[in-house]
Amino acid sequence: MNYEPFILSFKLASLTAFILFIIGLPLAWYLSQTESKLKPFIESLTALPIVLPPSVLGFYILWALSANSPIGSFFQEYFGVKLVFSFTGLVVASSFYSLPFMVQPLQNGFESINKNMLEASYIAGKSKLQTIFLVALPNMKQSLITAIVITFAHTVGEFGVVLMVGGSIPGETKVASVAIYEMVEIMDYSAAHIYSAVMVGISFLVLLSVYIFNAKQNRKFGL
Amino acid sequence: MIEFKINKKLHGSNGLMDLDIYLKVKEGEFLALSGKSGAGKTTLLRVLAGLEEASGDIKVDGKIWLDSKKSLAVQKREIGFVFQDYALFENMSVEKNLLFVKDDKELASKLLGITELSELKNRLPNTLSGGQKQRVSLCRALMNRPKLLLMDEPLSALDTNMRTKLQQEILTLHKEFKTTTIMVSHDPSEIYRLASRVLVLENGKITDDGTPKEVLLKTSGSQKFSFEGELLEIKKVDVIYIAIIAIGQQLVEVVISADEARSLKVGNKVRVSTKAFNPSITQ
Repeated sequence: MNYEPFILSFKLASLTAFILFIIGLPLAWYLSQTESKLKPFIESLTALPIVLPPSVLGFYILWALSANSPIGSFFQEYFGVKLVFSFTGLVVASSFYSLPFMVQPLQNGFESINKNMLEASYIAGKSKLQTIFLVALPNMKQSLITAIVITFAHTVGEFGVVLMVGGSIPGETKVASVAIYEMVEIMDYSAAHIYSAVMVGISFLVLLSVYIFNAKQNRKFGL
Repeated sequence: MIEFKINKKLHGSNGLMDLDIYLKVKEGEFLALSGKSGAGKTTLLRVLAGLEEASGDIKVDGKIWLDSKKSLAVQKREIGFVFQDYALFENMSVEKNLLFVKDDKELASKLLGITELSELKNRLPNTLSGGQKQRVSLCRALMNRPKLLLMDEPLSALDTNMRTKLQQEILTLHKEFKTTTIMVSHDPSEIYRLASRVLVLENGKITDDGTPKEVLLKTSGSQKFSFEGELLEIKKVDVIYIAIIAIGQQLVEVVISADEARSLKVGNKVRVSTKAFNPSITQ
């Protein structure tokens, strides 16, 4: 069996989760603390990838990243990076596609924290950054784990956007979900069965570990 | 010496109101803020702490915390603040909660000693009782040896026995650390026991300012004693009427005349007083 598509899937998912954590954390914090009238607009924009068909998202990303667009030509010219039909392009596309799965749990987590606790930290002389890392995040471990794991799992599970932006280049953009699609197309059902079963197994284990962790946390804090 | 003049538009219980306060507080004073909810007491504390914006001036020991040009960040004011809901850091042990403010183990163990919490220093906050949590919160507020200690109804969630005990500890700590303390409280006995000065706030303005004796003791004129309470019920028993009145935590029955029964309304604030005999007090 060729493991390459799985390795590619997990590499893509890990990178996406890492990048989205860095982008999503400040965004989620801002959304949880702001009283700005812009908040619902930013929230709606962030949630769009949940409701949009992957083809719409894929089409726009393809259009924005292609060598004919300003962004695509900029990267091509200055960094020599091709953004479509490449692994880099997949990471960019996944970061858009999975954004809400990182931001929403983190935002809920931040909102669930007693505001007085954050204020007590400011009064203790701690900056916002110190407060986020020393007070807020340790008190919302469930949201933190949920955000990271679901972002990872959702990226492993994506198909439409990946296919549109990345195509199916072996070792570059042919992730597990695309590989299974191709196997079915060429009627290689036995390989499709094996790949699919592996996906089901891994996904189940990932989700199970999140739920077990959350249950443990609940017991620990007597919720 | 703390001097401030604060102005802020607020959404109070009766629509928009102006918090408009000028005040001088002497060093070491224990000031109680009293008044109905929605009068602006908590907002005043939060403005002093730097947690909310307002226009005006705040000067503490000659240092400017707020004027038209700048507002000192909450992190730099070095105050102590005790929240009504304790607001302890749930992920840290009792001792870590204190050390988070300042890494001073000696002071932490001294404070935990005074408040009888030394044995519990490695426990997490969610394993403590309400009274213990509020003690931790009080100790935490004193870790940076604040010039100004602000307390927002610190004891209102506790039962009477625990309150009395903690009041004594607050007083001990206030004297030991020589802080200037401002406390929001609704409880007259608490104010009487702790405060050296009381302010009454109404709709964002100071309506009364004096010693607890001057402000709180309602007996005036020739009554020997007098209590304020709420009329709960009027019962007719044979030919007389009995009014049931809640005074503080106690219910009392008072015999009233038919005329009085007609003129009084259930739910009203009433005053029970007498002047015709000498009361004797026994324990």
